[in-house]
Amino acid sequence: MQGNEVQQQQALPKLKRKQREEIAGYVLAGPMLLGLFIFTVIPTLISLVLSFTEWSFIADLQKMKFVGLNNFKQLFDDQVFLTSMRNNLILLLVVPVQLIVSLVLAVVIERYVYGKGLFKVMFFMPYISSMVAVAIVFQLLFHPSYGPVNETLRSLGIANPPKWLADLHYALPSVMIILIWVGIGFCMVVYMAALNAIPKDLYESADIDGAGVWTRFRRITLPLVTPTTFFLLVTGLISSFKSFDVIKVLTEGGPSYSTSVVTYYLYTTAFENLKTGYASSIAWMLFGCVLLITLIQLYGQKKWVHY
Amino acid sequence: MRTTMNVRIRRKIGKAAVTLAMLLLGIGFLLPFIWMLSASVKPEIDVFKYPIQWIPVKWQFFENYREVWVGDHPFALYYWNSIKVSVVTTIVSVFVSAMAAFAFSHVEFRGRKLLFGVVLMTFMVPSYSIMVPQFMIFRWLDLFDSHLGLIMLGAFSALGTFMLRQFFMGLHKDYLDAAFIDGAGTFTTFVRIALPLVRPALATYAILRFIWTWNDYANPLIFLRSDRLMTVQIGIQKFASESGAFYSLIMAGTVSAILPLLIIFIFGQKQVIEGIALGGVKG
Repeated sequence: MQGNEVQQQQALPKLKRKQREEIAGYVLAGPMLLGLFIFTVIPTLISLVLSFTEWSFIADLQKMKFVGLNNFKQLFDDQVFLTSMRNNLILLLVVPVQLIVSLVLAVVIERYVYGKGLFKVMFFMPYISSMVAVAIVFQLLFHPSYGPVNETLRSLGIANPPKWLADLHYALPSVMIILIWVGIGFCMVVYMAALNAIPKDLYESADIDGAGVWTRFRRITLPLVTPTTFFLLVTGLISSFKSFDVIKVLTEGGPSYSTSVVTYYLYTTAFENLKTGYASSIAWMLFGCVLLITLIQLYGQKKWVHY
Repeated sequence: MRTTMNVRIRRKIGKAAVTLAMLLLGIGFLLPFIWMLSASVKPEIDVFKYPIQWIPVKWQFFENYREVWVGDHPFALYYWNSIKVSVVTTIVSVFVSAMAAFAFSHVEFRGRKLLFGVVLMTFMVPSYSIMVPQFMIFRWLDLFDSHLGLIMLGAFSALGTFMLRQFFMGLHKDYLDAAFIDGAGTFTTFVRIALPLVRPALATYAILRFIWTWNDYANPLIFLRSDRLMTVQIGIQKFASESGAFYSLIMAGTVSAILPLLIIFIFGQKQVIEGIALGGVKG
């Protein structure tokens, strides 16, 4: 009896303590959770519901009409949507180019150069600059008649240089050049951290075996940075699906939809044409693409990455 | 002995040569910025002169920048708005994220796993996918066309919780338990012990959040309407499309928009680069 009481007395503050910790947990996590619910979770659910309706947010709620999967069906007959999706798929090519260039830069800067820090800053600068500013600068650089790019090409003997952003066939490649330029620094910095983590003695023993630069790169560096490559590939693909600023500022999807992307079409459908329901179905297609890449990541991580 | 000396000297020369080559490549890489900077301090008629005058022959630094800053466009106001929004967003975001990150790493409470799963899921939703319902909620909550709304959107992002949780997880459990045993409550442990230990991570996240908020274009575009509330990114775009052919002024505007980031980056480059390399975060 007596022992039990002592136990209880000891247990009591412990229990209180546990409860106090529990309350503290909710108080600490509360603000973030509340914010995420209001600004992300609830909007995601609303968006799902809206994607099955025909409605405009300037109209009354009563005017909302449920149309089932009609919006999604319509999307597959919508030339602008299909073009935008195709352009997004072409934009994905930016990522492998970025990876190759930035890996080469990272290896050279990490191992064969004095003053690493300076180079890091140099190549990283475009990444911290706003896309709006970058887009405006490139608009002038690519100016078809007096832009410095074309003036230089002309002086090199090319009589009719491309019209870049004003040309149906060159507009998307021009956007890709800009995206590659902006993203290289990010990939390079992440690669450099990965290279730093490779044990030095691996290279030393390769040296003793008489391995050349190329062999060392192919046999040691490349396999050991695969997790990084994989990570950069996935984040790169996802963020390329989310390109919006550059298109809105630089081309507004033109000329004649040659640079329209899903986010931009979503924006114009929602806020210029005010088709809320239809825009929500586009939003879910975008979400679907990002989710697909994430799933490939979860699957691929187990399969392709050799740690 | 001599041959090894030779090899070493040859290596050094080789490294110097590579450095020089890379330096040229780096300058070539930054040519768009150099062109921007040079165009911003020239008279208008020299902007598109060819051969390109990298170093302006005629300088018009004060005239151009004065025109941008105190001319017809309220550029100074846009600038102030951006500073206000970015600073407040950063402060709120760091606090709220650090609190949540600590709770999800060191505090036991019911439903923690489930709630963290929810946080994880929100991370996967592209912000463009939920613009429309966010816009509707903003109208209902009277957050539309206000800085407060913009700040809340930036501050409540799951990214900070993730990144900081990573760092909190690195703290030794015993270390925090020692504080608990000394009778410190969860809050005291958080403020007095855990926060100071992850200060470098907080600085990194703060710098990144500031850069992202400063550069944000889509959110102010959608959630603001009044001209007097606009941020720099919207401001320079408006400026570029409204001032037509005054390219030198447009370039002075873009230089002004990039400058604060450049300063922050130069001072905090170690934090920024290490944070990005370690956390592998992308805004």
